[in-house]
Amino acid sequence: MMYSDKVMDHFQNPRNVGVIKDADGVGEVGNPVCGDMMAFYIKVKDNRLADIKFQTFGCGAAIAVSSMVSEMAMGKTLQEAKQITNETVAEELGGLPKNKLHCSNLGADALHKAIEDFENKQKGKEVKPAPQVAPAHAEEGCCCPYCEGALEDLEDYCTKCQVELEECPECGKLTNKADEKCSHCGASLATV
Amino acid sequence: MRNVYLDHIAATPLHPLVLEAMLPYLKENFGNPQSLHSAGQKALVGIEEAREKVASLIHADPAEILFTSCASESNNFAVKGLALAQREKKNHLVLSAVEHQSVLHSAKNLEKLGFKTTLVPVDKYGLIDPEDVRKALTKETALVSVMLASSEVGTIEPVREIALLCRGQNVLIHTDAVAAVGSIPVDVKELGVDVLSLAADQFYGPKGSAALFLRKGTRIIPFIDGGIQEGGRRAGTENVAGIVGLGRAAEIAREELQKRMGKLRLLRDRLMTELPQKVDHTFLTGHPEKRLPHHASFAVEFIEGEGMLLFLDMKGISVSSGSACTSRALKASHVLLAMGLDHALAQGSLVFSLIEETSGADIDYLLGEFPPIIDRLRKMSPLYTKYLEEKGK
Repeated sequence: MMYSDKVMDHFQNPRNVGVIKDADGVGEVGNPVCGDMMAFYIKVKDNRLADIKFQTFGCGAAIAVSSMVSEMAMGKTLQEAKQITNETVAEELGGLPKNKLHCSNLGADALHKAIEDFENKQKGKEVKPAPQVAPAHAEEGCCCPYCEGALEDLEDYCTKCQVELEECPECGKLTNKADEKCSHCGASLATV
Repeated sequence: MRNVYLDHIAATPLHPLVLEAMLPYLKENFGNPQSLHSAGQKALVGIEEAREKVASLIHADPAEILFTSCASESNNFAVKGLALAQREKKNHLVLSAVEHQSVLHSAKNLEKLGFKTTLVPVDKYGLIDPEDVRKALTKETALVSVMLASSEVGTIEPVREIALLCRGQNVLIHTDAVAAVGSIPVDVKELGVDVLSLAADQFYGPKGSAALFLRKGTRIIPFIDGGIQEGGRRAGTENVAGIVGLGRAAEIAREELQKRMGKLRLLRDRLMTELPQKVDHTFLTGHPEKRLPHHASFAVEFIEGEGMLLFLDMKGISVSSGSACTSRALKASHVLLAMGLDHALAQGSLVFSLIEETSGADIDYLLGEFPPIIDRLRKMSPLYTKYLEEKGK
């Protein structure tokens, strides 16, 4: 099995699934291009996360990550919850497959967005839901355009087919750094 | 727990008679087929008999069969070998947008050598319109490559019509028939193709054993340089047991094909009808009639394929989400996107492909276990919640 026992446990028995109708804060991340979307709902009482619910569209890892985040953050102060990072979540889950780290490990981001939403509301800010901006890699998916291998961290080197990638200055798509021209739009890649 | 294997497109089980035929070539008949002594000659006989059996399955001449190591090698060999053989005269390739990665990426590599590629679109069923191929052909076109049947959506393409118009314009045509050979009748003469790829693991033969049909007189650049094996076109010591297994599997397929097709079509039709009745917002992908008889593929809205796959696995049911390659690449299937599905829907892809052993009770079991899994995942899905809210308005 590609997943740890803990990931499988959270996938099969996810904690805190659902929606809070009158949530104090809502955070959404992800897009269907990468295959994962998460929505976090929080209730805040005395600066603490009194309730957390989430919904996730995504793979087993994405569901486990959301569940783990909700469990880690439950009852914590907002400051403590902000300390939770995608890395500590992956650690707590006993690790995630490398090709899943980038796309599915968005749970902490979603939680932080929900907290931010709550804090903005507290400040009485006019809250416009942030327009869903597709990440830069959305066009190509989170994968090396040459071998389809998943890209980790910064998308500039595919460990699978060992191609060094760069964003084409013209069209913005990922292309082979060694090429003279962008394989998508044909723009010259020669840089000083 | 019940074990229901519905992932024919990833691998079929090894037929017991195929294993039996292979064993002597893993034991006493270990000789190198290129050796002149009797140990080598025994192995050679095994290979040549297999060549006849594979040829017979697709109505080819034994001399037109080359053995390779896998479907991807056959596709690489065909596309690169034929393109490079014409390099001085022609430099244009025409492929369908739904080809397997081994075809698409071969073309991508050829582009680095100066070739140009035209991708022919497909309609919402994944069908290629031969007229689109005709429009794509130029005086420079060296090769057209279209698959015979899609492993991902099951659609059977009009290869015969496409081959006919290629012939008229003196353009070579390759078909990736990996998902088709052994599952539906395939006749290279009737199809009129110049090159065709097939693989043993798609019809109860071993993995690591595949073949290329190469019409007599067709020039190809060798894929592996070295000795004189396979007429010097594919050097390297032969995978004797694998080749013998491929031959035996071809022989069985020829005998059993009609029976297999009849049985699996009935079960598949049930699945195709009843699954969307049991789970709403489940859409058939691929063509409803022009499709492989053992193949039913769907897009389940609001949820993602891996979750379904894992929950089904816990119930002992093995299926694919998209093609085996696509599922690990974390990318929505290029086939489904080419058919016009949006990203979210394409993520909910699920492929059920039946094998010889599949029974009515297996389909009953699947139809019983499937709806609660979908229900569970949809309850977790923000997209489903949004859909319900909008529906309630």
